[in-house]
Amino acid sequence: MSTSTYVKDARPPTAAEAPPPANRRPLMRRFTAWLTAVAFTLPALILFGALVLTPILYALYVSLFNWGGFGSPEDYVGIDNYTRLLDDPVFLGDLWRGLLLVLFSIAVQLPFALAMAVALNQKLRGRAVYRMLFFAPYVLSEVITGVLFMMIFAPDEGLADRALGSIGLDGLGGLWFADQDTVLPTLFLVMTWKYFGFHMMLYLAGLQNIPAELHEAARIDGANAWQRFRHVTLPLLGPTIRISIFLSVIGAIQLFDLVWVVTQGGPDHHSETMAVTLFQFGFKRYQMGYASAISIALFLISLVFAIAYQRLVMRRDTEGALTTMRGAR
Amino acid sequence: MKTRSLPLYVVVWLVGIVMVTPLLYALISGFKTTDQLSENAFGLPSPWVTSNYTDVLASSSFWKMLGSSTLIAVGTTVLTVGAAALAAFALARFAFRGREMMFTLFTIGLMFPFAVAILPLFVLLRTFGLLDNPWGVILPQAAFGLPITVVILRGFFRAIPGELEEAATLDGCGPFGFFWRILLPMARPALGTVSVLAIVASWNNFLLPLLVFSEQTWWTIPIGVQQFQGQYSADIARVFAYLILAMVPALAFYAVAERQLIGGITMGATKG
Repeated sequence: MSTSTYVKDARPPTAAEAPPPANRRPLMRRFTAWLTAVAFTLPALILFGALVLTPILYALYVSLFNWGGFGSPEDYVGIDNYTRLLDDPVFLGDLWRGLLLVLFSIAVQLPFALAMAVALNQKLRGRAVYRMLFFAPYVLSEVITGVLFMMIFAPDEGLADRALGSIGLDGLGGLWFADQDTVLPTLFLVMTWKYFGFHMMLYLAGLQNIPAELHEAARIDGANAWQRFRHVTLPLLGPTIRISIFLSVIGAIQLFDLVWVVTQGGPDHHSETMAVTLFQFGFKRYQMGYASAISIALFLISLVFAIAYQRLVMRRDTEGALTTMRGAR
Repeated sequence: MKTRSLPLYVVVWLVGIVMVTPLLYALISGFKTTDQLSENAFGLPSPWVTSNYTDVLASSSFWKMLGSSTLIAVGTTVLTVGAAALAAFALARFAFRGREMMFTLFTIGLMFPFAVAILPLFVLLRTFGLLDNPWGVILPQAAFGLPITVVILRGFFRAIPGELEEAATLDGCGPFGFFWRILLPMARPALGTVSVLAIVASWNNFLLPLLVFSEQTWWTIPIGVQQFQGQYSADIARVFAYLILAMVPALAFYAVAERQLIGGITMGATKG
């Protein structure tokens, strides 16, 4: 195979594996092989470089200026935009609300999704229909979902208040999205409606990879249903759960569409997220420099979280993603 | 039905009710007038009014948005999957200097939210005159769709046995010949999966088209929904009808591509 201009490699590369030892081959041929490989990656690299990497670097640059978004940035202010971030109650509130959404998700949405996955993993009549139904909202856009629930949770007029009223529970109803104290829980309810099916599907896929013999063996050893769940299902589902937590955190940090359509961050910032603040400053108030600082903060928070989580929590699960960075282990 | 599993049935059934009620309520409310709706929220419409639905279906703007959404989704998908397949091929089956670094770059891209890049992206698109131009949405969407597509396809390309490639090479196939005539046809299921993911992501994207399309010409469905809600916020029965019609394409697509979609999200999660 030495005449081939490219080297086959169907094995997964290990982290320690250096680029292939092609030293024996003449320089010219090695160069051609490298060129062929790079030529294949070129379209993707150009797209990615021009439209993902460049904008992020440009945001980093702009974040050092006071800039309205027209002409070129000239009023250099150093790290002022970043120090302003740390004093901005809205931004700090964004972080707090992001944390709340994450905690809600981990404490409520994911356990619920897991319970439904376990339920639908039993031999239930019509379980295929339930699965399809529970997952269906995932394919709807957040805009459609948002508008739908805006009308359902409309104060007094909406389905929620009317239904509660008709069974004599008026006291439980209220202003929903329009009240500072209930807006976030109501948003969370909608997020759960839309996204729990996604996590349920991940868990179902994980559950199907657990050999039935293990449950059988545990049953024979006298383990009851809860013990089997606690000591067989849960540990074996570990990798899936860790990934679903990861995706749920990233989703919560980056939430935009739903909030923008339903509340635009209101009332009085009580449902605002980082992405919403960024949008407000960038496109409504034309403070591009400050908005860029927010976007860099959002990026760094996502990145640091992702790297820390993959290193610390998911290390034992995957060979993939960031942990394959050479020399990282 | 065993009585032991009765509680299970009850729970699952209740959750099912909660899931379906908002959709059913919207569907039925669309057949009422807004006056009917405020007097009789829960009952069936009497009489059934079809004008909310037929008005939307008769408006050219709805169909135009459907067309824009479709065109942009198709363009995005072709571009993402095309570029990602080429790159994934090189990343899976060539050994070259810089390969792991390149792959790491793409995997970090998995975490770039649109929001991070949206301001400079907007400036960039404005500079190149791509505002109010479908390419202004297609190109960035394709770029942001690359990471997940590359990761999934690379995993799939790796699983194809090396002997096949040797045989193809002996028969005089160059790298591109192997890629085009053997690998791609074999990878059809994986290509289907990543295409479905790209289509759904593009179809539901809101932030980018919201910024890029200031004129109505290229509005996509999510923009249309938001605008319609703003315009008819007092006539809620009409908005319900519009919502239902706006959902139909996505739900129909889900019904057809359920397997690919679910395969895609589980693959994306485990490989990402």
